[in-house]
Amino acid sequence: MNSILEIQNITKQYGDFTALNGVSLSVPEGVVYGLLGPNGAGKTSLIRIINQITMPDSGSVLINGEKLAQKHISQIGYMPEERGLYKSMKVGEQCLYLAQLKGMTKAEAKKQLDYWFEKFGITSWWNKKIQELSKGMAQKVQFIVTVLHKPKLLIFDEPFSGFDPVNANLIKDEIIQLSKEGSSIIFSTHRMESVEEMCDHIALIHKSNKLIEGKIDEVKRQFRTHKFKVGVISQDVESLMYQLTQKYKVANTSFKSLNKDLQLEIDLNGNTSNDLLQLLMQKGMVTHFEENVPTINDIFIQSVS
Amino acid sequence: MSKLNLIIRREFIAKVRNKSFIIMTFLSPLLFVGMGVFIGFLANMNKDTKTKIGILDTENVLLSQFENDKEYVYYNLNALDFKTAKDSAESGLDGLLYVPKTADVQELKAKVIYVSEDSPSIEFISEVENKIDALLTNDSLVKLGFDYKKIEQAQVDASLKLEKFSGEESLKGINEIKVAIGGACGYLIMMFIIIYGNFVMRSVIEEKTSRIIEIIISSVKPFQLMMGKIIGNSLAGILQFVIWALVGGILFFVVTNYFGLQMGASSAVTGDMAVNVPTDGMQKLQMYLLEIAQLPLGTLFASLLIYFIGGYFLYSSFYAAIGAAVDSETDSQQFLLPIIMPLMLGVYIGFFTVINDPHGTVATIFSFIPLTSPIVMLMRIPFGVPIWQLILSIAILYASFGLVVWMAAKIYRIGILMHGKKPTWKELCKWLKY
Repeated sequence: MNSILEIQNITKQYGDFTALNGVSLSVPEGVVYGLLGPNGAGKTSLIRIINQITMPDSGSVLINGEKLAQKHISQIGYMPEERGLYKSMKVGEQCLYLAQLKGMTKAEAKKQLDYWFEKFGITSWWNKKIQELSKGMAQKVQFIVTVLHKPKLLIFDEPFSGFDPVNANLIKDEIIQLSKEGSSIIFSTHRMESVEEMCDHIALIHKSNKLIEGKIDEVKRQFRTHKFKVGVISQDVESLMYQLTQKYKVANTSFKSLNKDLQLEIDLNGNTSNDLLQLLMQKGMVTHFEENVPTINDIFIQSVS
Repeated sequence: MSKLNLIIRREFIAKVRNKSFIIMTFLSPLLFVGMGVFIGFLANMNKDTKTKIGILDTENVLLSQFENDKEYVYYNLNALDFKTAKDSAESGLDGLLYVPKTADVQELKAKVIYVSEDSPSIEFISEVENKIDALLTNDSLVKLGFDYKKIEQAQVDASLKLEKFSGEESLKGINEIKVAIGGACGYLIMMFIIIYGNFVMRSVIEEKTSRIIEIIISSVKPFQLMMGKIIGNSLAGILQFVIWALVGGILFFVVTNYFGLQMGASSAVTGDMAVNVPTDGMQKLQMYLLEIAQLPLGTLFASLLIYFIGGYFLYSSFYAAIGAAVDSETDSQQFLLPIIMPLMLGVYIGFFTVINDPHGTVATIFSFIPLTSPIVMLMRIPFGVPIWQLILSIAILYASFGLVVWMAAKIYRIGILMHGKKPTWKELCKWLKY
């Protein structure tokens, strides 16, 4: 798989503060890529470098194998965390202006704008000023401006912060659609769980360093604990517990269930899940059997500590 | 269209469409001319109320010399004694001039009294004093055996004829005109820099606080954005200036024509004296116009443009950097002071030193320093400046503009992405090194 974006050993310092410390990443073409990490980890610094807002102190950025240059601006769409538009400028004019800055011709921009305004049902806003719009309305305009020039690479910094649920969903759907149409998408967020479902790839950044990178299921496999949540209804709990503790590490746990069952967390301890299931079935009725898949948050906490 | 062009156009349109810009542009000349008319009207109104003055001069020493005119009406109170004259003057007149009876007219030197409630105008005092002076001088001359009439005949009023090496005759008042023209140009530049520099700063702050800045600079270089802002705003300023000049010129023409006719009509009534004055005045005016035409007007206007662009760009870069460094206009005060100071200094130096000695050391030095040269040099140009000085000064100005833009761009680049904290001078210097 080709990489649309290749980040090689980037270092960026602000005075004494190191924002990025030799970070390398590779974003495959056509994926939804989650750039995860707590506040202040260096995500925004990295994104600003990709957008050529700031320059790295060392290291290089490749877009489609080419060294990052001015001409790539038109291939990137960026929605920053701190969003804003010219308040006293009319919606239509503003969109045209921003699109032209991205290198579109006026006619082309107008055509695309008509499409998106139609799609979002906001054609009547064309001559309104941004300050006359509600925050949610402005967010739609902001999204359109980001994707208008059909960039190959879309970068969303904290995309859902500040969006109301309706708009957030709308935009989520649009992003998935864009991804299907072939755009590569980078999400940056500190709320790890929020984009977990959407991302194919993730990278975890912490304190200016990259901790983990890879396909999300591979990363999860790497961090799997081989623990299972088990629910069982047994007549002979004592014997069951005895036999379980012989072979496995067993702990109490709780989860929602319709049955009055015994709820356990069992570490396979080198055995197979079939072994465990067989044992449970011998001693009672299995009501619940589920592997503990680590969340990104779990993985993050585990790799930081 | 190039990105810089796009930015310039947006800034220009945003500025020109602004309501306050439109109001300022069309209202200012009206206000200006209106003020002039109002002041003229007030001055005229003042002249309509005449000052009534009683004169008690039983010996008729000075009485005959006071004749009623537009401003003053004199009443002969010789029938009364001093006390009654004073009382009646207090109740019905504005003042009383009392010339006491003296054995020797020379005693009047310090004895003439003017009694009034309000202090008389300086003009009036000197007029009366002049009359007493003349009277007493003539009297002394007669006593010393001179015939003052012959002395009067013998008196000569010489005037120094001013010429240039090129042979053209110059007028004495022309220096004042030169100062006025140079001063107007310098002052114009200062006002323009302050007003439009502020516009640039506000526009930067607006982009910062509305948070659109990050979107813009992901499409264009911060330097392009900054330059686009500076140029766009300056074009709006030039447009405003041209409109002012046109509207002001038309209004001025209309108003002076209207008042000129009125004045002509009133002078015709006053009598034959008035007939000579305008023609004489017209001749003078024509000479002045000729003289002004001989000033290095071409150089002056070319320089006005060159210094205007250089000076405005130089200062606007400062303003842009400050706008980028702060979060709100109130925070900008601390940084603005050091910028306005050299501008004020330029104007003061212009008005105090250039007038006295246009080519003196102080004036020359400050016409090279880029922060003051746009103002000081423009004030010097009407007096004739060696071409090498002009070229050197412009070269320094534009070179330092390059340097300042480079510095400002660095501060700008960092500042626009900084939020929340008001930076110190020390931090600004640190940003230069990033």
